[in-house]
Amino acid sequence: MAQLICDHLTLGYDAHAIVRDLSFSVHAGDYLCIVGENGAGKTTLMKTLLGLHAPISGTVHTGDGMRPNEIGYLPQQTLVQKDFPASVREVVLSGCQGRCGLRPYYKKAEKKLAEKCMERMGLEGLARHSYRELSGGQQQRVLLARALCATQKLLLLDEPVSGLDPKAAEKMYELIDKLNREGVTVLMVSHDVHAVVKSASHILHIGETIFFGTKEEYLDSETGQKFVSVRGGVQG
Amino acid sequence: MKQVHMIMEYLQYPFVRYALVTGVLIALCSSLLGVILVLKHFSYIGDGLSHVAFGAMAVASVLNLTNNMIFVLPATVICAILLLGAGERAVVNGDAAIAMLSVGALAVGYLLMHLFSTSANVSGDVCSTLFGSTAILTLTRGEVWLCVVLSLVVSAVFLLFYHKIFAVTFDESFARAAGTNAGAYNFMIAVIIAVIIVLAMNLVGSLLISALVVFPALSAMRVFKSFRSVTLCSAVLSVFCAFTGIVVSILWGTPVGATIVVIHILAYVLFSLAGMLR
Repeated sequence: MAQLICDHLTLGYDAHAIVRDLSFSVHAGDYLCIVGENGAGKTTLMKTLLGLHAPISGTVHTGDGMRPNEIGYLPQQTLVQKDFPASVREVVLSGCQGRCGLRPYYKKAEKKLAEKCMERMGLEGLARHSYRELSGGQQQRVLLARALCATQKLLLLDEPVSGLDPKAAEKMYELIDKLNREGVTVLMVSHDVHAVVKSASHILHIGETIFFGTKEEYLDSETGQKFVSVRGGVQG
Repeated sequence: MKQVHMIMEYLQYPFVRYALVTGVLIALCSSLLGVILVLKHFSYIGDGLSHVAFGAMAVASVLNLTNNMIFVLPATVICAILLLGAGERAVVNGDAAIAMLSVGALAVGYLLMHLFSTSANVSGDVCSTLFGSTAILTLTRGEVWLCVVLSLVVSAVFLLFYHKIFAVTFDESFARAAGTNAGAYNFMIAVIIAVIIVLAMNLVGSLLISALVVFPALSAMRVFKSFRSVTLCSAVLSVFCAFTGIVVSILWGTPVGATIVVIHILAYVLFSLAGMLR
């Protein structure tokens, strides 16, 4: 049983379709990279998976014990966050908000979970630091810890290394790989061919042609070869 | 010592006590909401809405309503919902919409007051509505109670939804993805802001309300780093400035609103210096 099943999705705004007839499924422990040109509908697909945007037709199911709100989301940073006064702990803890319902405070177990997620992301000792004073890489790790508070099953990462320097990006990928090895399913939207080829188990390419399959199949396919060559070739 | 004696003497008068109680409560509420507005980059909404409230006030006085709150409060709430709720779907984008609404309401309000006013001193009326000169010292018992109740409701709502407000303000798309009804919270925030602004018109007048909303949060953000400490500090600071401002204006006969704002400016300078030293 798959954790996430998309069945004949048509995505777009109003009646204007961007992506047509998209079907794929994600199983526990998969590492799926979603690639495609700008404007191909990656963001729309992500919003649909998160339930923030209704598809024109088709359905998104969850299975294997997943509930629809159990996707841990790592959004791109917004302008608001740039000078937001918040401690690392406050940000990470806010990942537990989905569990609270209308309860106005956090339980002890949730605070403990937040501690643990910070530890997993190598943020111990930074809990009382101000989020806005951290480096870009550290900020991304804080947001990843927050996503982990929301779920331990499936993470949806939107361009997790955009704006990071190569070293911080490398560290970010290592952390994501580690989480994936520990059993967290990863869905990642990325422009970075290098990472796609190195870590992913499956590829979803959306655009003029839609491709879904394992990484090996993708690299053999015409779509895959074209994409990789345009994006600067495979290294290593 | 003479001043202390004078204050004690003034406190015997109910209107002075009313002014202090309402002033402090309004300051508390506006600072709580101010933190959110500043962080959401909505600082000018307070300003725009206060002009709307001014326009509504003019309409109410033209209609000769005995209690103009009945008209002013709903009108301002509706505008707040339109401004904050329209969000992405708006035809005119955020800051342009606010600018349009605020000058529009100001002009219509002034025009109405000029054309239909029954009082002999129109510019005096306009001036006191805009700068709140003595309104706070002429509050009736009923208005004070209304103020107390609404302020308590606002503070209670803020306390109950503190963590959710943080989550929605910090990252709306994450909060939505986690199943929080962000739209409902934005709606709630819009309504509360409108209520506070109508209340605060009595204290500082409609032109100076933004100061009450924006200054405490900005001062606190210069020194403090976490959301909780910023919120607490801005609440304490706002209450302190409002209290001092009212006392000073009673002792030296200065206009209440302007005095409070000047004290806020001084506090901001102090906090900025403290922030640099840290």
